[in-house]
Amino acid sequence: MTINVILAILVTSIATYLSRILGVISAEKIKETSKMFRWFNCLAYSTLAALIARMIIFPAGDLAEVNYVLRFIVIGTSLIVFFLTNKNLVYPTIFSALFLSLLNFINI
Amino acid sequence: MIDTKYFLKGFKSIKGVGSPAIALGASFVAIGALLKNLGFSIQESVFSTFLTYALPGSLVMAESMFVGASLINIFIAVWLVNARLYPMTVSLMPLLMHSSQPKWKYYLSCHFIAVSSWLIMKDNCEKIDKENRIDFWIGIGTATWSVAIFSTLLGYMASEYLNKDILIGLAIINPIYFTCMMIGAMKTLQVSCSVILGTFLGPVFYFISPEWCILFGGFIAGTLAFLIGEIHDN
Repeated sequence: MTINVILAILVTSIATYLSRILGVISAEKIKETSKMFRWFNCLAYSTLAALIARMIIFPAGDLAEVNYVLRFIVIGTSLIVFFLTNKNLVYPTIFSALFLSLLNFINI
Repeated sequence: MIDTKYFLKGFKSIKGVGSPAIALGASFVAIGALLKNLGFSIQESVFSTFLTYALPGSLVMAESMFVGASLINIFIAVWLVNARLYPMTVSLMPLLMHSSQPKWKYYLSCHFIAVSSWLIMKDNCEKIDKENRIDFWIGIGTATWSVAIFSTLLGYMASEYLNKDILIGLAIINPIYFTCMMIGAMKTLQVSCSVILGTFLGPVFYFISPEWCILFGGFIAGTLAFLIGEIHDN
């Protein structure tokens, strides 16, 4: 570790807060019924979808060690659980962790 | 100052069938363990989640410190990975703004904007009168932020007991939660197109630039989805 941890944390939080505060300042001039608002709404959802797809397809960290076929099996089955439980979010999330750990444990 | 009734209503969003607590908890437990392994003290780890509260940003900071990057490099890398918070804020705040509410609430509470809190607020917006939405939002934000801080602490303390298999199990929870939330949010043509095109273009752009793929892919997908929706409405 070559640099001060506290400074790194402060720099990280400033870089993050910057996007948030600039968003608030811009939002003051945007009406919720305007085309501009609808465009930003699309940008927000598409950027999040891109982030999530990247987390699943090109993960960083621990998930990268899991074969992509296993990842897709877990996601597919968790989505089935999501729809079977009337869009409950708790069951598919718990199911996914247990199922992936099990598949990993029996080393498929 | 803050309407307790709406604050508590928002705060209670961490309970029930739509609870983000498990997904948030799982990912911040993993971050707590990671920061401990990188040599952070317990105070520094909690301080990091307290001040940043954005998972990809904290991960980038940890990775950058690990390879010995400079402060400027950390700033640019974190800003790039968290730039998605800008369109998220712009597409949320106009829904919360009301002339009767003081501005400081907006400047302070924008700190709570993260994927899970944003998706919950978007989902519940229409159920709350515009005047009270900001207090409801502060409730959601305080609850999800507290879960993240507590989980970082838990992950730090439990890191010795978290083996590889457990960490892999924890790592899948957040993408699953987000995927389910996004599918649940696909209620209009524009949002549905945004989600589908973003899911497709984000990974495609990864082959061109891993650093910029989310912003480039998201920008093109969102703009296309907007145009499709506008043409359809006309």
